[in-house]
Amino acid sequence: MMKIKQVLPSVVVIVLLITVWWVAVTATGSVIFPTPWQVVTGTLELIKDGTLWEHIGASLLRVGTGFSLAVILALPLGLWMGWVRGAFNTLNPIFQMLRPISPIAWIPIAILWFGVGNASPIYLIFISSVFPMIVQTTAGVHTIERRYLRAAENFGVSRYTLFTRIVIPAVLPQIVVGMRIGLGVAWLVVVAAEMIALRSGLGYLIIDSRNAGNRYDLVVAGMIIIGLIGLLLDGVTRLLEGLKSVRWRYAHED
Amino acid sequence: MRTKIEVKDIKKSFVSDGGLLRVVEEASLTVGDGEFVAIVGPSGCGKSTLLSIIAGFIRPDQGSVMIDGSEKNKPNSKGILISQQGSVFPWLTVQENLMFGLNGRARLEKMELADYYAAIVGLKGFEKSYPHELSGGMLKRVELARALVVKPEILYMDEPFSALDALMNLRMRNELLRILSEERHTVLLITHDVEEAIHMADRIMVLSPRPTKIQSTFEVTIPQPRKLTSPEVQELRIAILRELGVDRSD
Repeated sequence: MMKIKQVLPSVVVIVLLITVWWVAVTATGSVIFPTPWQVVTGTLELIKDGTLWEHIGASLLRVGTGFSLAVILALPLGLWMGWVRGAFNTLNPIFQMLRPISPIAWIPIAILWFGVGNASPIYLIFISSVFPMIVQTTAGVHTIERRYLRAAENFGVSRYTLFTRIVIPAVLPQIVVGMRIGLGVAWLVVVAAEMIALRSGLGYLIIDSRNAGNRYDLVVAGMIIIGLIGLLLDGVTRLLEGLKSVRWRYAHED
Repeated sequence: MRTKIEVKDIKKSFVSDGGLLRVVEEASLTVGDGEFVAIVGPSGCGKSTLLSIIAGFIRPDQGSVMIDGSEKNKPNSKGILISQQGSVFPWLTVQENLMFGLNGRARLEKMELADYYAAIVGLKGFEKSYPHELSGGMLKRVELARALVVKPEILYMDEPFSALDALMNLRMRNELLRILSEERHTVLLITHDVEEAIHMADRIMVLSPRPTKIQSTFEVTIPQPRKLTSPEVQELRIAILRELGVDRSD
C-alpha cells in the first residue's frame, strides 16, 4: 500500500506527459515526429526482428568492459593515492586536470588510437568513469576517522590486517558511491560514442534510424530504452548500498 | 608494589597561531602494577595529551615514559586506550570487533575468546550485531570487551564514560570494577568527574591548569564497594574540588 502511494505521483506525471505529447503531435499534424503509439509499434518491430537485443547487448558489453577496466585501475590507484601522501601530491593535479575534459573531446583521439572498432567506445567509457572513481576512493581514504586508525595502531596489527579490516571496509561506502557515479557516466558516454562510428549499439540505432529514412519513432524508442536501462543500472548499484558491509555508513540516514 | 608505569619530566608544547602553546609541563608520576590511578583536572588542561603521551600516541618534547622499566615509544596491545568518542569499528560486527586485536590465533579460538568477553560485559546475544544497531552504553561495552580480550596489562581510559547518561555512567563504572576484581589490570583513568575518580581509583592525582603538572595526590583508602553518599567520600570530594579551585561550602 505504501509502495503504491510512493509510485503513484510519478506514474500520474508520466501518463500526463505522454498525453500532452500525443495531443501536441496530433494537433500540429507533424508527419515526422512520432506519436507515443508509433514509438510502441516501432519498438515492437525492433523486438520482432531481433535487432533491439543486439543493440542493447552491444552497448552493455562495451559499458561492462570499459567500466570493469576502470574499476580495476581506479580502486587500487585511489587507495594508494589516499594512503601515500606523495602519490596523492604527484598524481592528483594531473587527474584534476584530465577530469573536466569531456569524454566527447576524447573521441577524435580515441578513433586515432583505436580505430572505429569496439576499442574506441570502451576506451571512452574507461576514461570517463575512471576519474570519478579514483577521486571518490581517494577521498574515502582521506576521510577515515583518526580514532579508528589509532585503535588499529593500538592493537599492533599487521599492515595486511590494517588494510583488509580497516582501510578497505572504511572506504567501501565511498567506493560504492564512486561506482554509481562512474557507471552513470559510462552509460551516458557509450551512447555518444556509438553515434560516431560502429554498426551496433543503442547510439548507433538512434543515428542510423534518423539517417535511414527519418524513422523518428525508432529514434525516440532508442532514447526511452536508454533511459530505462540507465534507471536499471542505477538500481543495481543502489542494491550495493544495501549490502551489510556498507550499510553502517548510511544507517543513520534512514 | 612493583612499578608498572614511570613517567619522568614530560614536557609537551604545540605550535599554534600566536606562538608556542605549552600543554604539559614537567609531569612526573608512577603507577604501580595492578593499581588504579585516576587523574583529574579542569577541562582543557592537557589531560588527554598527557595520556596520549603515556600511551605512546604522541611523542613528548622532553622526558620519558617507562613501562616495566623499559622505554616506550610506540603504542602496542600491552596497553589499550579507551577514549570518550569511542573507536568501535562500525563496519565490523561485535564479534569481529572483538576478534580484531587477536593476532596469530586460529579463527575458532578467536571466536571463542570474543564470545567469552562479549558475555563478560553483558553483550551475549549481540555478537552478530553491527555497532549502529547498539545503544551508546552497549558500544562502550564493546569497546571495553575489545580491550579486555587482548589481555592488556594496562588500560588507558580517557573520559571513557563521559558521553553516557548519568545512570549508564554509574552502571558502567560498576561493571568495570566487577571486571577488575576478576581480572588484574593496571588502570590509568583521565576524568573531569571527581566522583567517578573516587568511586574507582586507588589513588587520585590532581592536575593544574595548562601548562599542566601534577599538583597533588590523594590516596583513596576507602574499601570497595564504595558508597558514594558516605561521609568519607564526600569529605574527599570536597578536598579534591578545593584543590581544583572549586570552593564549596556544602
